[in-house]
Amino acid sequence: MSETKMIYGLYDDDGTLTKAAKNFVSNGLKIKDVYAPFPIHGIEKVIGIKWTQISIAAFIYCMIGCTLATIGMRYFMIVDWPMNIGGKPNFSYIQNFPSFVPITFEFSVLCAAHGMVITYLIRNWTLPFVKARNPHPSTTDDHFCMEINPVQNKASEDEIKSMLKDSGAVEIFEK
Amino acid sequence: MHKEADIRIPLILGDKTYHDITEDVCAPVEGKANKLWYMAFTFAAIVALWGVCCIIYTIGRGIGVWGLNNTVGWAWDITNFVWWVGIGHAGTLISAVLLLFRQRWRMAINRSAEAMTIFAVMMAAVFPGIHMGRIWVGYWVFPLPNAFGSLWVNFNSPLLWDVFAISTYFSVGLVFWYVGLLPDFATIRDRAVKPVYKTVYGILSFGWTGDVKAWIRFEEVSLVLAGIATPLVFSVHSIVSMDFATSVIPGWHTTIFPPYFVAGAIFSGFAMVQTLMLTLRKVVGLESYIHVKHVEYMNIIIIITGSVVGVAYITELFISWYSGVEYEGYAFMNRATGPYWWAYAIMMSCNVLSPQIFWFKSLRTNLTFTFFMSIIVNIGMWFERFVIIVTSLHRDYMPSSWEMFHPTFVDVGIYIGTIGIFFVLFLLYARTFPVLALNELKSILKIAGEAQKERNRDTNASTPSNDK
Repeated sequence: MSETKMIYGLYDDDGTLTKAAKNFVSNGLKIKDVYAPFPIHGIEKVIGIKWTQISIAAFIYCMIGCTLATIGMRYFMIVDWPMNIGGKPNFSYIQNFPSFVPITFEFSVLCAAHGMVITYLIRNWTLPFVKARNPHPSTTDDHFCMEINPVQNKASEDEIKSMLKDSGAVEIFEK
Repeated sequence: MHKEADIRIPLILGDKTYHDITEDVCAPVEGKANKLWYMAFTFAAIVALWGVCCIIYTIGRGIGVWGLNNTVGWAWDITNFVWWVGIGHAGTLISAVLLLFRQRWRMAINRSAEAMTIFAVMMAAVFPGIHMGRIWVGYWVFPLPNAFGSLWVNFNSPLLWDVFAISTYFSVGLVFWYVGLLPDFATIRDRAVKPVYKTVYGILSFGWTGDVKAWIRFEEVSLVLAGIATPLVFSVHSIVSMDFATSVIPGWHTTIFPPYFVAGAIFSGFAMVQTLMLTLRKVVGLESYIHVKHVEYMNIIIIITGSVVGVAYITELFISWYSGVEYEGYAFMNRATGPYWWAYAIMMSCNVLSPQIFWFKSLRTNLTFTFFMSIIVNIGMWFERFVIIVTSLHRDYMPSSWEMFHPTFVDVGIYIGTIGIFFVLFLLYARTFPVLALNELKSILKIAGEAQKERNRDTNASTPSNDK
């Protein structure tokens, strides 16, 4: 099966690209993605990409960490082998709770941070030995690239290319 | 795009483009190191080697080779540990707290400050590690199933809280740093000409693409990491202080310790950032990105935290008298007037008096003076820990056991050696990693670039304002 060739417009300014994207979208053109050397604020709303929910995942990981730390410390210090440390209550988790706060906090943070970052790397598919998929090497330097799928659009390939050119793209290519 | 008032001093000097930023930051990675770098690296490596030899000697012979005695059972080891952890505080503070406060000036210094944090925490971990004596059973500090005996580690102990705090701080700091590095490694990867560079930076960049969703996630992850790293920064040094504060040694048993230690850590951390940044900007040629305004902002933080530390010193001195506890009162009297009075005097003059000089604008904007002061503060903060630890221990409840502490060549070797290892790591980092956050700097170029600001000002002047 032959893969669909995408049309790319390369811009040398993020402002020009954002303006072009707004114009294209208002004219009914669907933009697949934008590649940039830094985050362009507001572009996701223009091209219709939803904001991430990764912070919710972080909260869930945090709660998992908090629960594991609580269960673990209760088992180690109260159930399995209670230790008499300076007469501190060793028979009740609640009464000994202040001593357990620091590790509960640290472990919650540990799980939230690592869980979120692992999720981030997997969802982005940025992992060791993964090949880069940016269409042009200068998109990590000083250029901004707009990706348009001609199959998803009513406009012909030539029309899309001419729109890109008119909007200020410095280079137009297919891949 | 966020707007910035014209009156604010630009953060990026000169007429830079996005490509110029890439060129400037990638130059040390792609080019050859200069003579100065090789000289510094050789010197640091020799010092590091001396330290490694002393560490091996300690592990082989036991900690009897240090100057510890029955009375002073903790001395340079824990002093160095707390000193290094304190230094490690500035990196995360700059990245996390200043990100939450939307301080754009952090963007020029956060990457290297985070690197400093990671290397400093590694150096800190050396000391409790070798102080265990049998480092090969160091993993017993973690709660392992009872295959090794019938006891779990003690979760009531601040020493175990410290294990969790430092491990969490190190690993969270590391991922925070690396997540920010991915797009910048990708920049080097896409520019690389040599196949080795292309392969190495290709692997390091994890195939970063820079599409919209990736950047959305990047920003969200950075923000959430900053949110959770902020309380972490405060918790880590609070917990370190509890190693002392929860004991019953006069001079340690004080509730003021957590906030006082946190302020001290930020104080010393910023001083080390100044030492490194002032050198780095000169050696690597980044004067346009790290300039007087950045240095001034950091010096303002140094005045604030230095003053907090000063107030804490005076408060604990007052409370030692006001409490009516004669042991507590003696501990502090002994600090100031006993045989270690000179250490107390160094601590007071370096940490309390000297930062106040920064109230003068001409001095806090003087780079040479700032560099000198950063060294003074680092010396002062080492002495603070020495004073707290050694002067509290050396004269305990029983005058017959009073002792002085005399460091051996091994104590000195390990301490100086960790500074050597730290600089070896930092110098290697400066040659192989993008030392400034490329993507973040580019994102503020239009708002805070000098030429861009001037152009914006001209445009605003020529067009009538619609603002009401």
